[in-house]
Amino acid sequence: MTAGQLPRWADYILMPAINVAAAFIVSGLVVLLIGENPIEAVKVLVWGSLGWNEGIGFTLFYATNFIFTGLAVAIAFHAGLFNIGGEGQAYLGGLGVALACLALDRYVPWWVTLPFAVAGAAAFGAAWAFIPAVLQAKRGSHVVITTIMFNFIAASLMVYLLVNVMSKPGSMQPETRTFEDGGRLPLLQDVLPFTDFGSAPVNFSFLLALAACLFVWVLVWRTRLGYEIRTFGANQTAAVYAGISPVRITVVTMLISGGLAGMMAINEIMGSQHRLLIEFVSGYGFVGIAVALMGRAHPVGIVFAAILFGMLYQGGAELAFEMPAITRDMIVVIQGLVILFAGALEHMFRPALLRVFGVLSAPAGTPA
Amino acid sequence: MSEELAIELVGIDKRFGPVHANKNIDLKVRKGSIHGIVGENGAGKSTLMSILYGFYHADGGEIRVDGKAVSIAGSQAAIALGIGMVHQHFMLVENFTVLENVILGAEGGPVLAGGVSRARAELKRLAADYDLKVDPDAVIGDLPVGLQQRVEILKALFRGADILILDEPTGVLTPAEADHLFRILRVLRDEGKTVLLITHKLREIMAATDHVSVMRRGEIVATRKTQKTSMGELAELMVGRRVLLEVAKGPATPGRPVLQVEGLTVRDGRGVDVVRDVSLEVRAGEIVGIAGVSGNGQSQLLEAIAGIRKVRSGSVTVDGTRIDLAATEVDAARMRRLGLAHVPEDRHRMGLVTRFPECENAILGYHHDPAYGRGAFLDYDAIRTAAREKIEKYDIRPPQCMLKTANFSGGNQQKIVLAREIERDPVILLVGQPTRGVDIGAIEFIHKRLVALRDAGKGVLLVSVELDEIRALADRVLVMFDGRVVGERAPETEDSELGLLMAGAAGQEAAE
Repeated sequence: MTAGQLPRWADYILMPAINVAAAFIVSGLVVLLIGENPIEAVKVLVWGSLGWNEGIGFTLFYATNFIFTGLAVAIAFHAGLFNIGGEGQAYLGGLGVALACLALDRYVPWWVTLPFAVAGAAAFGAAWAFIPAVLQAKRGSHVVITTIMFNFIAASLMVYLLVNVMSKPGSMQPETRTFEDGGRLPLLQDVLPFTDFGSAPVNFSFLLALAACLFVWVLVWRTRLGYEIRTFGANQTAAVYAGISPVRITVVTMLISGGLAGMMAINEIMGSQHRLLIEFVSGYGFVGIAVALMGRAHPVGIVFAAILFGMLYQGGAELAFEMPAITRDMIVVIQGLVILFAGALEHMFRPALLRVFGVLSAPAGTPA
Repeated sequence: MSEELAIELVGIDKRFGPVHANKNIDLKVRKGSIHGIVGENGAGKSTLMSILYGFYHADGGEIRVDGKAVSIAGSQAAIALGIGMVHQHFMLVENFTVLENVILGAEGGPVLAGGVSRARAELKRLAADYDLKVDPDAVIGDLPVGLQQRVEILKALFRGADILILDEPTGVLTPAEADHLFRILRVLRDEGKTVLLITHKLREIMAATDHVSVMRRGEIVATRKTQKTSMGELAELMVGRRVLLEVAKGPATPGRPVLQVEGLTVRDGRGVDVVRDVSLEVRAGEIVGIAGVSGNGQSQLLEAIAGIRKVRSGSVTVDGTRIDLAATEVDAARMRRLGLAHVPEDRHRMGLVTRFPECENAILGYHHDPAYGRGAFLDYDAIRTAAREKIEKYDIRPPQCMLKTANFSGGNQQKIVLAREIERDPVILLVGQPTRGVDIGAIEFIHKRLVALRDAGKGVLLVSVELDEIRALADRVLVMFDGRVVGERAPETEDSELGLLMAGAAGQEAAE
């Protein structure tokens, strides 16, 4: 009966570590194949992302996006839902942020605008998840299908809005005007004393992302709603037996998930770009799936996974710069391998690991 | 009876990680005999049979078939050695005919025609030889379970099995069907086949076997000639201590009605009425048992009363509050608030979230209770304290409220559900299959608890496919067949009479 289980630490730390190591080994082989030194490449990647202040700043900036989209996927996981519409929900979240900033930036300081921007991001992201949620809950249309279709609708809608409605008068660019100071978040180094991230755009949103982690942890493991979400995700029949409404949980969870995905736009739009522009989400929503898988749908795991992917983004850019043979596409290959090993092949090493632990614990273990 | 051995197991040993499922098993099965293997759930019976049938490979030991040491790598090898298995859950293709199922995997070449006509002749011979009559052209889905099981046996014989393993074969049968099965097994034995019968029902062992081996915690603790042992001795061997097979209970003193069901009809997803116009009443201080062969609407009836399943028509009155189940939106939470508690038939699928720690399952369905938290938040200190109290009171082992529920044994899982439902002090408790997959020690405990609840003036509605259980607990017995209540009897009624009702022979009675 106890067979098939790993100790918690092995499940949460050792497994992901092995998966990442495997991904890096295979990536190393690929690097070797194109005639570069893999050790050298790893050095560049790690130094580029963690070795200097600005590098760290960029890593954390990317990680902020991943934390939000990762949390969005994770909360849906807990309810047994697979929300792969983070991309579209974040895109629409950007609209919410931009509307708040455009309305307020000339009149009030950033800390007055922020709550409205957060509310806008969450509300627009949630609204974009609402229709797939209702379709799933009432009609049984699978959210995987509907959310991915909503990503395309979001893309088209935003192009329409940015080209026809929201673009700067007289400009050909599909983007809004640049926000004034009231619509710009301060940089992290200006908020946290004794920090210096050079010209990296990491900003106040990073703290917001950490707060979101705490929020998700409390919600999932310490509230009655979280209990219902986890029950529904683990055993739907038991949930109905317990008087938990499947419709309510599906809709509520998807709203929270969409809201979290939408919050990613705070970092990009209010924290860095200071205007709403086309395709600013650029895949962060999808990578959130890998982040959530790798972080085992736990906020702490997600922070670490988000930082790892932040490193890959930032270090990868450095790598492409330092080693011309390793192009931007190579970085995508490495990211793909990490996703493959952490997500798709997650259970590849589990049986072997189980055997190792079985052997280690057999003499001392008592049958349950 | 010949002294030749059909199967001899020597020192069979099997571990699953830290679990030692089979410890140094020695077993001798005589050719041409019916050999029973009894033991509680988790005693290792199924593991042992799976080794014999090639599903698992033993870590150590030797298997001898007809005196020769063999290695059984898979079910194909087992079949080649003349070992056939009838599984607890039938391995039949529902929309194939009997003939098609029998030849499945033994078609005898890429062209069906030749094999089919040979199979038809062979089936005819087997039917005649062993009294196993089944229409070869009937579609499996249309056959009652008793006949489906016969097809499973035919399948094994068709493949030339001389040794037949039956794993809990009577779980889905009426008493009459079970008796017929035992008759078939005796014919098979008399024709020289060897039968291994795995069960946890002592009555069947006594009725059908020549020899019996008792397993406990992965070991064979005794092998007896069936004639020279008794149910009491076997039960004691299985559990390792004396057990009471009868529940001590005084006469019921029924009071006011606490549950009234009127005209309940439930239609399932296929558009079939699975519960038809059922009315019943449970009074305070009595246990009403619903007997019936599994699949005759008992499960749906229980779920409908609990507010889990949508109904077509009908109402339920709990402690004086009447709810029209068809007209109002009800859920389990609302029924619970009225004082209705429910121990579902299938604790894994419905009663528990097995991946949660024990303490979280102890609040399932009651997680909105103010005692377990404030406002939107849950108070885990309070939850753990409440869980520990129940663990102590119900002797749930191991006594660890943070342990994952999947790691508790079946009996202890059932106690977790019972403790949760009974400790809420309900006015009416619905119980489905309270002791399915539960070992004898825990059965005794659970039965005592249910009787104590009755004696405390609560109503209990008990659904069970174990007639013995209904007899032991119920003060009144309702029999369900094909979605209807076809009769009410006293628990002392003869097996044969209840059996007839359960088989639908008295279906007219309901129409009166």
